[in-house]
Amino acid sequence: MAEQPLIFARGLVKRFGDFTAVDGIDLSVAPGEAFGFLGPNGAGKSSTMRMIGCVSLPTAGELRILGMDPARQGPAIRARLGVCPQLDNLDPDLTVEENLITYARYFGMPRGLARRRAAELLEFVRLADRAGGKVEPLSGGMKRRLTIARALVNEPDIVLLDEPTTGLDPQARHLLWERLFQLKRRGVTLVLTTHYMDEAEQLCDRLVVMDGGRIVAQGSPRALIAEHSTPEVVELRYGQESPAEVAVKLAGVGRRVDALPDRVLVYAEDGDAAAAQAHERGPAPASVLVRRSTLEDVFLHLTGRTLVD
Amino acid sequence: MAAVGDARGARPVSPASTLAVLERALTVYRRVWRGSVFSGFLFPVMFLVAFGIGVGGRVGQVGGVDYLAWIVPGVLAATAFQTAVGECAFPVFGDFRWTRAYHAMRATPVRVGDMVAGWLLYIVVRVEIATAAFLLVSALFGALRSPWAPLTPLVCALVALAAAAPMMGVAARVEHDGWFALVFRFVVIPSTLFGGVFFPVERLPAVVRPLAWLSPLWHGAELNRAATLGGVPPWPVAAHLGVLVAFAAAGAVLAWRCFSRRLED
Amino acid sequence: MTMMAAARVAGRAAGVSPGRVGAVIARNVGALRSGPAYWWVLLSGFFEPVLYLLSIGVGVGAMVGTIEAGGRVMSYAAFVAPAMLAVAAMSGALAETTFNFFFKVKYGRTFEAVLATPVRPVEIALGELGWAMIRGSVYTGAFIVLLVATGLSSVAGGLLAFPATMLVGVAFGALGMAASTLMRGWQDFDLMAAGQFALFLFSGTFSPVGDYPAAVRALVEALPLYHAVELVRGLTVGPGGWALAGHAGYLVVLAAGCLAVAARRLERLLCR
Repeated sequence: MAEQPLIFARGLVKRFGDFTAVDGIDLSVAPGEAFGFLGPNGAGKSSTMRMIGCVSLPTAGELRILGMDPARQGPAIRARLGVCPQLDNLDPDLTVEENLITYARYFGMPRGLARRRAAELLEFVRLADRAGGKVEPLSGGMKRRLTIARALVNEPDIVLLDEPTTGLDPQARHLLWERLFQLKRRGVTLVLTTHYMDEAEQLCDRLVVMDGGRIVAQGSPRALIAEHSTPEVVELRYGQESPAEVAVKLAGVGRRVDALPDRVLVYAEDGDAAAAQAHERGPAPASVLVRRSTLEDVFLHLTGRTLVD
Repeated sequence: MAAVGDARGARPVSPASTLAVLERALTVYRRVWRGSVFSGFLFPVMFLVAFGIGVGGRVGQVGGVDYLAWIVPGVLAATAFQTAVGECAFPVFGDFRWTRAYHAMRATPVRVGDMVAGWLLYIVVRVEIATAAFLLVSALFGALRSPWAPLTPLVCALVALAAAAPMMGVAARVEHDGWFALVFRFVVIPSTLFGGVFFPVERLPAVVRPLAWLSPLWHGAELNRAATLGGVPPWPVAAHLGVLVAFAAAGAVLAWRCFSRRLED
Repeated sequence: MTMMAAARVAGRAAGVSPGRVGAVIARNVGALRSGPAYWWVLLSGFFEPVLYLLSIGVGVGAMVGTIEAGGRVMSYAAFVAPAMLAVAAMSGALAETTFNFFFKVKYGRTFEAVLATPVRPVEIALGELGWAMIRGSVYTGAFIVLLVATGLSSVAGGLLAFPATMLVGVAFGALGMAASTLMRGWQDFDLMAAGQFALFLFSGTFSPVGDYPAAVRALVEALPLYHAVELVRGLTVGPGGWALAGHAGYLVVLAAGCLAVAARRLERLLCR
C-alpha cells in the first residue's frame, strides 16, 4: 500500500478575502518521505501547512490527508498528525514534562502511558534533566526541541514542521537537524517548510519551490540544482564598478551571468575557468569565490529574487 | 470565510477531549490557587463584615431579616459572577495571544467545542469551591435561614455559566486587553452595585430597573435569596432560571463562533 | 501644587531635571493614546466612584437614614461621598504605580530603554508618579465637580479638597511604587489587592471608626487611607480644625519616606 500517498492535493486554493495565498497547487507525499516547502515569506507555505494540518479549510480544490477529508474528519486526521508550529506555543504555566503529558491527554492517551511517553521523548530530545523545570528559562533551541517532542507524543504518521530552525543559532540548528534525521531514519514522514536552502538540502528527499502561492519547481534537491543551475557558481565583488555594469561586460562568460546589488554571479560548469575569464574581460574584482551551486541559486533563477528579506 | 470544519455533521464536543481541556486548566490552577483565595473567599467575607455587620448595624431590617442575612445571597451570586468574568477575561485572552494554548490544542483532535466546554467546566469548579467556602462562613454568621440553602451552589454554577460563556466570546474577539477594563466598569461593577446585592432593585428608579433585569447577577441573587431566606423570588423560579440558561446558551454559541474565527486566522 | 513642591524638594537633593521627568510622563501619555479604547478607558475611570456613591451612598443610604460623625449629623450619602473621593485618589494612584509600574520594571523593559538615555532612576520614579497624579487628578477633579453640583460639598470645600486629593495621590503613588520595587512576582499583587480592599472597606469609609472595637479602631487609625478619608471629609463636610493638619502631615511623611525607598530600590533594580 506504499502507493497510496499520505498527503494528496489537487488544485488546492486558499483565499483570504481578495488575497489568494495558495493558488491551485498539486501535491503528493509518500509514506516515509521527507518533503519540503521552500520559498520566501508570503509564498503560501504556511497556509498550505495549515490546510494539511486541518486547522484551515481549503477554499477550493481537493485535499486528502491519510485518505480522509479535512472538512469532515478534521479531529480524526489531527489525531494522527504531529505539528511543530512556527511560533512556539508551549504552555508557560506548566513544567516541561507537564507540557507533554497535557498534550498527550488532548489525544485521549491514558495518564500512565502519557507519562511514560513523555519520559521517552524528553530523553530523545535531550531534555530529560529539565523535566520538572519551567518552560520559560529554556533556550530557543531547547524550546523548539520540546515542541518537537510534543509533536511526537501521539506517535504521528506525519510530522509537520513549520520553519523548524528559524531564529536558532547554528549549534541549536545542527542538534535539531540531527534529531530530525533520527526520525527520518525511523520512517516517520516529515513535511517541513523552510526558507533556508541548507536546511532543505540537508533534510528533504523531495521539495517544491513556492512563489506567489504557486509551485514553480519540484524535485529532489540534487535534481533541482541540476535542472535550474550549473554545478558551480563564481561570486565576484568589485570596488568601484557597479555589478550591473560589470555584468554587461562579462556577458558570455559561463552559462549565465546575474547582477545582484552587491555582487555578480557567474554560473558555470567549471568555476575556476569562468573566474579566470572574468578576470580577463572585466575590471579586477575585489574578491572571488568559487563554490558549489545551491538551492539558493535555483531559487534566484526561478523567482529572480534573493531570499534575504 | 469557511468556518473551521469540525461541526459539519460531527458532534461539537467529545467528552474525553473536553475533560483533557479541563485537566490542563486544573493543572495550572494547582500551581496558582493561592491567589484565588483572596478574590474568591477573603474578599466576599470582608465585604460581609464591612457591610453586613458594619453598615448593617445602621440599616436594621430589610424584608423582615437583618441586613447581613439579606446581603449574603447577593454577595454569593456576585462572587460567582465576578469570578466567572475575571477568569474568562485575561486567562482566555492570554491563551490566545500570549501562550497560544488554544492554537496548540487546535493542532490536536480537540475541537473548538471542547475548548469552550472544558473551560466552562473549569469555571464551574472554581466557583463551586468559592461558593462552598463562603456558604460555610455564612452559616457560621447565622445567615442561612432556610433548608433550601444547599441549592445555592447550583444557582451559582448557573450564574457563572451565564457570565462566563459570553465573556469567553468577548475575550476571544478583542484585540486589546484594554477592553476588559471597560467590561468591568460598565458591566461587572454596575451589576454588582445595582443588581440587588446591596439593596432591593425595587428601590431603583423605575426607568433603570429593567437594566438590572438584564444582568444574570440579579436573577442569581434573587434565586439565592429565596433559597437562603425561604421566600419567593420576584419572578417565577422558572423565569429566573430561563434567563440564566438563555445567557449561558447564547454565550456558548457566541464563544464557539469567536473561538472558531480566532483560530481560523 | 503639593506634588510640584515635593518634586522640587526631592529634585534639588538629587539633581533632577524637570525636562527629563517630563519626558517620562510624555512617554506614558503617548503609550496611553496608542490604546484602542483610549477615551473610553480614560472616561470610565471616572464612573467607578460615582457608581459606588449612587449604590452605597444613595441606594443603601436610603435604608440607613442619617449618620452622626465628627459631631455632625449628615445624610449617609454625604458621609460616604468624601470617602469615595479619597478612595478614587488612592486607587487611581495605585493602579498606575503598582501593576503598570511593575510590568514596566520587570517585563516591559521600558525602563531599561529609558535608562539608556540620560534619564536617571529617580527621574523615572518622579515621572511615573507625576503621570499617576495627572491621571488621578482628572478623576478626582470631575468627582469634586459632581459633589458640588449635587450639594454634597460646598464650593469652598471642593476647592480645598482638590489639593488634598493630590496629596493623597502622591502618598499612595509613592507607597505603591515603593511596594512595587519590593514585589517578587505577580503573586504578591494578590496580597496587595487584599490589603487595598481591606483599606477600602474599613478605613472609616462606609461606617464611622467609632463603630469599631477599640483595638480595631486603633489599627485603622494607623493606616493611611483613614487619614486620607478624614482629611477629605473634614475639608468637604467638616469639621475643620487642627486635626486636619495632622492627617495631612501623616500623608506628607508617608509620601517622602516611600519616595526615598522607591528611588533607592529602583536604582538597585535597574542599575545592576
